[in-house]
Amino acid sequence: MSLDLSEPIAAAAERTEQEYLWTLNFGPQHPATHTTLRLILKLDGERVVDAIPDIGFLHSGFEKLGEHLDYNQYVTITDRMNYISPGANNIAWHMAVEKLLDLELTPRCKYIRVILAELSRIADHLLCVGAAALDLGALTAFLYAFNQRELIYQIQECMAGQRFFPSYTRVGGLMYDVDEQFVRLVRDFLDQFPRVHDDLVRLLNRNRIFVDRTKGVGVLSREDAINWSCSGPIARASGVTRDLRRDEPYLCYSDFDFMVACSTGGDAYARYLVRMAEMLESLKIVRQAIENLPAGPVNVDVATRVMLPAKPRVYSTIEGLIQHFEVIMTNRGFTTPREECYTATESPNGELGFYIVGNGSMRAYRARCRPPSFVHFAIFPLLIRGHTISDVVAVLGSLNIIAAELDR
Amino acid sequence: MPHDVTLAKLGERFPDVGLAPSEFRDNRRIVCPRERLFDVLAFLQSDCGFDMLADLTAVDYLEYPDARDRFGVVYALAATVANERLYVKVMLNEPDLDLPSAVPLWKGADWLEREIYDMFGIRFVGHPDLRRILMPQEFAAFPLRKDYPLRGHGERHNFPVLTREES
Repeated sequence: MSLDLSEPIAAAAERTEQEYLWTLNFGPQHPATHTTLRLILKLDGERVVDAIPDIGFLHSGFEKLGEHLDYNQYVTITDRMNYISPGANNIAWHMAVEKLLDLELTPRCKYIRVILAELSRIADHLLCVGAAALDLGALTAFLYAFNQRELIYQIQECMAGQRFFPSYTRVGGLMYDVDEQFVRLVRDFLDQFPRVHDDLVRLLNRNRIFVDRTKGVGVLSREDAINWSCSGPIARASGVTRDLRRDEPYLCYSDFDFMVACSTGGDAYARYLVRMAEMLESLKIVRQAIENLPAGPVNVDVATRVMLPAKPRVYSTIEGLIQHFEVIMTNRGFTTPREECYTATESPNGELGFYIVGNGSMRAYRARCRPPSFVHFAIFPLLIRGHTISDVVAVLGSLNIIAAELDR
Repeated sequence: MPHDVTLAKLGERFPDVGLAPSEFRDNRRIVCPRERLFDVLAFLQSDCGFDMLADLTAVDYLEYPDARDRFGVVYALAATVANERLYVKVMLNEPDLDLPSAVPLWKGADWLEREIYDMFGIRFVGHPDLRRILMPQEFAAFPLRKDYPLRGHGERHNFPVLTREES
């Protein structure tokens, strides 16, 4: 079905008061919303005349908590924002803190963070693509995708001891260094992933049902994408060639050779294609990073007074013990400048930014999170007007709305 | 457009407005008085290429050391073509917490302004649909203000406890 955006909206506006429009509650508990978000749909038969998103069911005051937890504790909260790719959130949060403190990370730490970020991106896209296909009735692709996510969970477990919520970063470094097993697991993943990616491509790219239900559905123009603050794969599928990894290189992304996947379609199918292409680009980055993983320390020097000293040093020397206490004790810790700054990263879903206001203490005075899902869900009514009710799940799946990040 | 050119253009267009440009790490910031905020934002969008509102947030400076104003609202602008960022800050004080809405310029401001209204009680004049977005509609307070406690206000343990005998 081709979509003429101008006509149905104008017609819809006139018809809003008509009696035969009826209201349908979509969610908060619906298999296709994945988590809890509610849509109030105004329907003319099967046609969606208007959609009113109603959010806040999962609001848990993460930003308020950020003002009461210290910079290292809050990383566990960031895990729970976008729980599909928690590693990317950890990195975004601590990058913001490190920018506030003006800390320069060690090369090894940067490389490991890049590997974690890109694995998170693959995991996020796998779930998004798999679940989008699942909502349209293709169960197999979902199972293939989830099988791969399991391997990424194993890598995260090897890194951080936690499968789901790694909380892996610390101010100025990482929780632990990685070992040979990690390198082996990542290499194994890299070797077998292209085959599974091929399987997914063959399952979906020319799948008649999938293509018919996503092509031309939920079209977002380039101008709208920019004006509505869209970022990440959704903006890139509409022809915005903006990728913070390339445009504002952070960590060590400038060391790697990768391409920015873009499309001009702007519909749900284009968003799917961009995500599929991005996975292969992420794979390229992980391969370059794991083969060039630098040696050396993983944390910044203890003299910066943000990082805990190594345990043997704490247990065997008085200086180490004092340094440990200086960081751990609540009335000590490090000091932050009385300044504020915004740091953006390219998370799997788009621009994930943190606006931190430091007031000199160990705790952020304000820990604003700019969540990509929140911004992307605002365009949903724009995308769905004029489509049928069965397209709601297709568009919702292509936007990859994570309610925990949406509501925080 | 490089940052100094943007500043020069702003100074030329708004000679009477003290924009107080500052820089911290890689964040380039200006402070704008509330009366000229909409004009400055519209000028930045139309003439300086800032076509995207990357983020919009507010800070309550109630307990901030040496703060003179109560609220600060920060517009994080991005230029997608020139790959530039600019942060426009506007300070607000009670009881007059009105700001011009940026929705006519950037549609993306819609939900971001609703969130600020919801969390801080700052009203955006001209917003098409200024309702609470995350908290329930009947919620009375503004939870991200500093005088709203982390726990204790309106929470379950403050409700009267019914015993089995009373019920």
